[in-house]
Amino acid sequence: MHYTFTIERGNFADAGQASSNVKRTLKQLGVDPASIKRAVVALFEAEINAVAHAYGGTIDVDIDAEKVMMVVADEGPGIPNLELAMQEGWSTASPQVREMGYGAGMGLPNIKKNTDELKIDTKVGVGTTVTMIVKLV
Amino acid sequence: MKISEIAQLVDGVLVGAPVDQFYEVEKAFASDLMSDVLRFNMDNTVLITGLCNNQTMRTCEMADIRVILMGRDKQPDEDMIELAVDNDITIIKSRYSIFKLSGILYKAGIQPLY
Repeated sequence: MHYTFTIERGNFADAGQASSNVKRTLKQLGVDPASIKRAVVALFEAEINAVAHAYGGTIDVDIDAEKVMMVVADEGPGIPNLELAMQEGWSTASPQVREMGYGAGMGLPNIKKNTDELKIDTKVGVGTTVTMIVKLV
Repeated sequence: MKISEIAQLVDGVLVGAPVDQFYEVEKAFASDLMSDVLRFNMDNTVLITGLCNNQTMRTCEMADIRVILMGRDKQPDEDMIELAVDNDITIIKSRYSIFKLSGILYKAGIQPLY
């Protein structure tokens, strides 16, 4: 099963809609709750990151019997120092993003914690692609 | 502790999804930082927060949080209430501060998340 969603820059009113749709789909498919939670927390964090930092992007989700693969690809500033960004507490979020309840510097660490495979391709001034795989029990 | 008992303790007003009479709240976590909320297992946990926007609802949806105790007299708008209903989340609105709400629940036997 394949799904595609669009990410709009700074649209916090609708941010999380894609993750919400994926959650409903996984529930309908009878996926175990623990795997659903891991997948949607990782996807939600990546979706929020893209809304907060990038200029727009797409989310592609593929679900099969063994795994959920989620690819969040954005056009944006990229991540200058990925090693720092993976550290808990490191954040470059704007005051506006912080007002929305984000910017604790836990996004990428949370994604890592909740995925079985994680790949981040980023280029400064071009964008970032986050590929996440959660294996289904 | 039942959701309705918590509402009574904090002089709260219930909005969002109807109260699940069988749901037991055992723990509480107080935060306005949603990424912190997403770090933990939130089963049977009430989120105490003053953050009042759609992202509070989305975060609770992803974290499987069923009860929000919204302090500082924050007033969820229609969008938030609709999201709460759609996702089976009950909101208890209270005029008390986050510190006071935390103290009341702690005194009543609700455990900290950690």
